[in-house]
Amino acid sequence: MPKQDSLQGALDVMVLKLLSKRSRLHGYAIMAAITESSNGVLRVEEGSLYPALRRMEEAGWLRAEWISREGGRRARVYEITAGGRKQLTAEESRWQAGTAAVNQVLRMA
Amino acid sequence: MSLLSRFANAFRSRKVDRDIEEELQSHFEDAQAEGREPVEAGRAFGSRLRAHEAVRDAIVAPWMESLLADARFGLRQLWKQKGTTAAAVLSLGLGMGASMAAFRLIDAFLLRPLPVANTGSLYVFGTEGRDERGQAAIQYSFDYPGFRQLREAVKDQASMMAIADPQRINLTYSSDEAMERVYMQYLSGRTFADFGLQPAAGRLFVEDDDVTPGTHPYAVLSYDYWVRRFGKDPDVLGRKFRTGNDFFEIVGVAPEGFTGTEPGMFTDLYAPTMMYNPEALGNQNWHWFKPWVRVRPGVDIQEVRERLGSALLFHRQEQVKMYPQGTPQKQIDEYLTAPVILSPAAAGVSDLQRNYGRSLEILGLLVAMVLLIACVNVANLMTAQAAARAREMALRVSIGAGRARLIQLVMVESTCIACAAATLGIAFAWWAAPFVVGMINPVDAPVRLALPADGRVTGFAVMLTGLVTMLFGLAPALRASGVRAASALKGGDNARSRPRLMAVLVAAQVGFCVVVQLVAGLFVSTFQRLANQPLGFSPARVITLESVTPADQRPELWYQVADRLRSLPGVEHASVATFALMSGSGWNGNVWANGRTPAGFRAPWFLGVSPGWLDTMRIPLLDGRQLRPDDTFPRVAIVNQTFARRYFDGQSPVGKTLETMAGGTKRVALQIVGLAADARYTGMRGPIPATVYVPFRAVDEQAEAKLENHATFLVRTKDANPMSLAASFRQEVKQAGSGFRVANIRTQDELVRAQTIRERLLATLSIFFSVIALVLAGVGLYGVLNYAVTQRQRELGIRIALGAGVKDIVGRVTIRVFAMIALGVAGGLALGISIERFIDSLLFGVKATDPSMLLWAVLAIVAAAALAAIPAVLRALRIDPATLLRAE
Repeated sequence: MPKQDSLQGALDVMVLKLLSKRSRLHGYAIMAAITESSNGVLRVEEGSLYPALRRMEEAGWLRAEWISREGGRRARVYEITAGGRKQLTAEESRWQAGTAAVNQVLRMA
Repeated sequence: MSLLSRFANAFRSRKVDRDIEEELQSHFEDAQAEGREPVEAGRAFGSRLRAHEAVRDAIVAPWMESLLADARFGLRQLWKQKGTTAAAVLSLGLGMGASMAAFRLIDAFLLRPLPVANTGSLYVFGTEGRDERGQAAIQYSFDYPGFRQLREAVKDQASMMAIADPQRINLTYSSDEAMERVYMQYLSGRTFADFGLQPAAGRLFVEDDDVTPGTHPYAVLSYDYWVRRFGKDPDVLGRKFRTGNDFFEIVGVAPEGFTGTEPGMFTDLYAPTMMYNPEALGNQNWHWFKPWVRVRPGVDIQEVRERLGSALLFHRQEQVKMYPQGTPQKQIDEYLTAPVILSPAAAGVSDLQRNYGRSLEILGLLVAMVLLIACVNVANLMTAQAAARAREMALRVSIGAGRARLIQLVMVESTCIACAAATLGIAFAWWAAPFVVGMINPVDAPVRLALPADGRVTGFAVMLTGLVTMLFGLAPALRASGVRAASALKGGDNARSRPRLMAVLVAAQVGFCVVVQLVAGLFVSTFQRLANQPLGFSPARVITLESVTPADQRPELWYQVADRLRSLPGVEHASVATFALMSGSGWNGNVWANGRTPAGFRAPWFLGVSPGWLDTMRIPLLDGRQLRPDDTFPRVAIVNQTFARRYFDGQSPVGKTLETMAGGTKRVALQIVGLAADARYTGMRGPIPATVYVPFRAVDEQAEAKLENHATFLVRTKDANPMSLAASFRQEVKQAGSGFRVANIRTQDELVRAQTIRERLLATLSIFFSVIALVLAGVGLYGVLNYAVTQRQRELGIRIALGAGVKDIVGRVTIRVFAMIALGVAGGLALGISIERFIDSLLFGVKATDPSMLLWAVLAIVAAAALAAIPAVLRALRIDPATLLRAE
């Protein structure tokens, strides 16, 4: 799998942000919400969402839980942890500084 | 947390896979529920398999998974080869167990820091002097007036403590009937504070507890004694006990884990130095404690040493002024110029350490060699197995396994073996270490050693396991991984290249084995020689009754009790002496006679004895007369042959006089009335010393009898087992009245045997290790020869078919291995001879270069090798070329 560091980082921070606003979402809902709030511009490869979720869970930023849904099936829902919020604050400011810098370069050129 | 869960997930990979699949599945169901086309949703998702693997990688430690798979495979492999595995685990387990036991002992005895604060700045003060054999040795014992001067001289740079050796005392909490024996240690008031110790109960000593002689009757219990004797009763504070005629009050309990400063002994009670014999406190010739130094932070140890050096010189200049006329100037100069030695004392200091430290190191070395032999064995087994598995390895290579993966595969197997062996070893060490400590039991004072199973021991076990795995596993792993797929699969590897590694290992194994045999032979021979040293007296059927009285008694009364014992049925002879020969007690005194005091020898030994004593001990009187009941000290004396030789050039000294010191500084003249044959006074090594026997009955300057509260009765029984009469002797002494009581009963044989405990220990353990080493080396040789025959079956079969004779076949099978054995023997002998100087001090009357010693070691290993070769040779001879070639 080719490495997509910048995009990977973007996915992480978006997921964290989303989960800080709305708790206990499952994978599909997270993906849908990202697509929706970016007005359909950002389309993540849906399959890459799940490894990202698990990685963040391992890092202690997310907490997951299996819940039963109608029809006897189970879904895995995620919520953000205190560590995740800290990470979000850090990442958010990093992203903002980064995009601001890029914007500035774009304006200057 | 996260690493742990990744580890854990490796163990439940099936459940992990199910969970991932379920989550991904729910994604597609949601997509469908939203009305998306399955094809579109699938495209948007990307490769489902790749997503699954990516999730898996995120939550499972992959290397752990492969390790687990290898471990499962390895265990199955090992289980298939039960016999080989068992042999490997057993031999390695024995070697590792012995190593761990040795480490536990060496650590507890020599390395483990005392449980006190800042052990790095602790030193013991010593001076260079001479031991009994006239050899340079550090002397730690010191006198109190001198200690005060030293303490004053360095008070700004270091703090000094006086800590006496633990001594066995009798004490009672109630009546004389309930006497108990404990170890008591005198120490200066600041000691506990300098050690940074906090009381477990009550209080510890402070400086004010150690100011005026005889006025601080306080005692601190050790934690161990508090638990053992009082069951941690807090009411013990304030209780009083009596020892001799002194009362002590218990004021506190020392912290748990602090067992005193002398590894090998547990101190039960501590008392301030000021409560020691008041005579000793003011006497600069009375050496009774070790001075300890705690250097203050930031102070250079060199500065402390220099200051102590000049204080010591000043003190000794005062001392030599008191030396009698005629003392050789050389002796005085040597005394004055003796350098100060500050020995690091982080792990404590004890005579036992000095006596047994080197022995333990040597045992550790033997154990290490046994372990190496075991490692070689297992390495050989694994190499043989790796060769047998060449096809499997080749298959793995051809389906794409990398070299690292193959090494991992074999190393995991080795680790399994090492871990199993370590478990076995720990069990062995658990039992063996206390067992060995139990063997060091000088009469009446068994060694006690704290042997905790703590981080140090665990750490050593883990390190040892890792090291051992590397030692025996790495070579076979490299060999297995270096397989050439094409040729191995074809079924014919280069047969010649294989045994080279094995041959080198065989030589190493034999070499180590020879060293172990040689050292064991030296120790056994030393023990035999020492145990058979002539004593000059007959210890058989003699029982020693160490007796005490609450109040001092006249010597005549002691003589009467000896007479009572002599009149008992079953008694051949009885007498009394200040103490028994070989009991560890001694009395030295300078002697001038015939106008000389020979230099270069220790001052003669003295012993106070009753008139019949020479007969009881069966020491022949060569000239003059026996002592009589009315003889007194200091009037007459009997001397031994060595004394006569040294002072009178072998002429009979009967009728001459000798001068010695009595009552401190007064010189007295004794008339020599008899000449006795030489008899050992103390220790089995070295020549019999010059000895002076004086009447037990002593008088002072006013001819008043000197009273005694402590002496030893010696009874020779008619019965071969003197202990059978012990109870009646005890009764008889008690019936003598005046509070006469037997404090301790030992046979004279026991006392003599106790002189060779260290040698017996070394001989026993080294025989044990030499047998193990021989067995292991034999098994190893057997394995290698057997393997060689298997490898060369085809070649040998063809030779037999072509008419090769028995001699030819035997030669071909064994020549290579025996060449390696010869190489190993040569190397082992060279190594053995070169380490002799490290064990020189433990030997007696033997040298590593003695032909009989060398021959023994060589014969043992050659016999073992011959025995090991028989099965392989027989197998080679029984090869039936017809069957073999048909099978091809």
